[in-house]
Amino acid sequence: MSGRELEISIGRVLDSEGKVVGAMPNFAREPAMLLRLYRALVLTRTFDTKAVALQRTGRLGTYASSLGQEAVAVGAAAAMQSDDVLIPSFREHGGQLWRGVTLKELFLYWGGDERGNDFAGPRQDFPNCVPVGSHVPHAVGVALAFRLRGEQRAAVCVFGDGATSKGDVAEALNMAGVWKVPAVFVINNNAWAISVPREKQTAAATLAQKAIAAGIPGEQVDGNDAIAVCAAVERALARARQGLGPTLIEALAYRLCDHTTADDASRYRDDAEVSRHWPAEPLVRLRNFLTQAGHWNKAAEEALLHECSNAVEQAAADYLATAPQPVSANFDFVYATAPAELVEQRNSAVARAGAP
Amino acid sequence: MTELSLVQAVNAALKRAMAEDDRVLILGEDVGIDGGVFRATDGLLVSFGAERVLDTPIAEAAIAGVSIGLAAQGFRPVAEIQFTGFAYACIDQMLNHASRLRSRTRGRLTCPMVLRAPAGGGIKAVEHHSESPEAMFAHIPGLKVVMPSSPARAYGLLLSAIRDPDPVVFLEPTRLYRAARQDISDDGAGLPLDRCFTLRPGRDLTIVAWGAMIKEALEAADRLAAENIDAEVIDVATLKPLDSVTILASVTRTGRLIIVHEAPMTCGFGAEIAARVCEGAITSLLAPIERVTGYDTMMPYLRTEAAYMPNVDRILDAVHRMMAFA
Repeated sequence: MSGRELEISIGRVLDSEGKVVGAMPNFAREPAMLLRLYRALVLTRTFDTKAVALQRTGRLGTYASSLGQEAVAVGAAAAMQSDDVLIPSFREHGGQLWRGVTLKELFLYWGGDERGNDFAGPRQDFPNCVPVGSHVPHAVGVALAFRLRGEQRAAVCVFGDGATSKGDVAEALNMAGVWKVPAVFVINNNAWAISVPREKQTAAATLAQKAIAAGIPGEQVDGNDAIAVCAAVERALARARQGLGPTLIEALAYRLCDHTTADDASRYRDDAEVSRHWPAEPLVRLRNFLTQAGHWNKAAEEALLHECSNAVEQAAADYLATAPQPVSANFDFVYATAPAELVEQRNSAVARAGAP
Repeated sequence: MTELSLVQAVNAALKRAMAEDDRVLILGEDVGIDGGVFRATDGLLVSFGAERVLDTPIAEAAIAGVSIGLAAQGFRPVAEIQFTGFAYACIDQMLNHASRLRSRTRGRLTCPMVLRAPAGGGIKAVEHHSESPEAMFAHIPGLKVVMPSSPARAYGLLLSAIRDPDPVVFLEPTRLYRAARQDISDDGAGLPLDRCFTLRPGRDLTIVAWGAMIKEALEAADRLAAENIDAEVIDVATLKPLDSVTILASVTRTGRLIIVHEAPMTCGFGAEIAARVCEGAITSLLAPIERVTGYDTMMPYLRTEAAYMPNVDRILDAVHRMMAFA
């Protein structure tokens, strides 16, 4: 292996203060697109805050926050076409919202209601995958389906730094490379897999270099920079659509939150470390850039916060007002047609619940 | 009508399914030019091309996982796992994903895939090639589990498995792959995936088995006939969903039940059948239910494999105990 093959480049457009430090991609020349990106980041964080609050008050299940990592999923989703397919892990709320999953559906999912996965919007997108990394082979299958049908579509799969240690991920990247399927693999490297820091996850210098072993392109991108993430995924999608195969993108972010609401990161992580990462978070740099460019001001910010808050509050109220599914629903989707033995169990459970 | 062995019947069913439905794909290790290590996919690459018969890297979890992605996109993947011992790597994908996709999306995404694997011992193979994992898969809600015992049933059941809208684990008894031939009409007719097959009617006891153990069960029934003991033999064929009705009706008539399977006894699928019969026909039982199964040991290497396998003598011993009881 030559040093050149092992070289991993890092994509950046804005620094943490919002100064332009890299080539501005074409899409970012349109203020409307940047404003859309910024709105998506703010909406995601507003949802996140509300979801944590609902969990803390017993009105939502265990919730995995995306605090500090909003730009990864939002940036990736923003690069996708609507008929591409997103195969997320469980921290991609921002990307799901961008693609048309509703706030209410997200609340339903995290509130423990399967209907939250029955997206009215992106009908072919996969639901969250809680078992770490086991969804990555699905993305290869979805992308292979596109290639076999000769479609100009691509699969985008997001997973965490911890997932890169999994055999499923290694198998999937390898297979994707062999078959040159139109897939983009995005690592949300948020530096922590619950309590295990990135450096204890692998001795590899970067996660992106795992692409080298699979024979596919790999690169790093500043995961706090929504523009850079979007640009990297957009380039990878263009390659995928040209038949040039998959790409692995490692987005460098930081988990400013606990792993989930069931976690207490103070057991294993210094507050000082978290504080050091706050200045790099993704919202402020885009806001600074937009403000400096004359596209944003305090009034616009207040209006946006108000709008996002209203939307999230309304969705939360709608979710809380949604009655749980009838017990029968647990039986009705196990098979296309319930076998006799399952019908018997269904009838018994329904009779016990006293409702259909 | 053509005389086919079980593995040839599998091949014929695959070919038929691929010809009738463009969405059917084959993937697995060595399924292409090699035609599979048992030749189950022989000739399919030539007939249907490399876009529909995909050789995969050696990655069983991904073979199952990729099939799930393909199935969610509307394809009908038929994945081959080379040997039983390697199918365990697929359990995570089958349990956490394939079986649940319909339920967790409330029907938005579905997973019409088949995971095929040879199963069972008696072929003097190297270790990890002779296991019987059917109960592990049958424990998973959302899966169907099928194990044919003859060329004709392999043909009909596999066609139905491929056409089924839900994931099916299809375990093919390796020992029967080339053991016998049967006239099969390649007419595309499927067999139901929710029925047991009564292969031999009888009055005095019911022998329930599946896969390669059907051979032992039928031979035992022949030997018992010479003793004027009339054994009914039922091939479960589809373990999940289980056709309890056929088994209960039989035991209600005969009053005696023997379950024969190759897998270890503890938590084997025989336990499920015994429980169903206790729940549904206990007052008809004239003697305790007997299970003639593999032992709760590792599958032995080939030199002592025969001592592990249930056989006609062990079945006859159980029958004699039952007949002596009442």
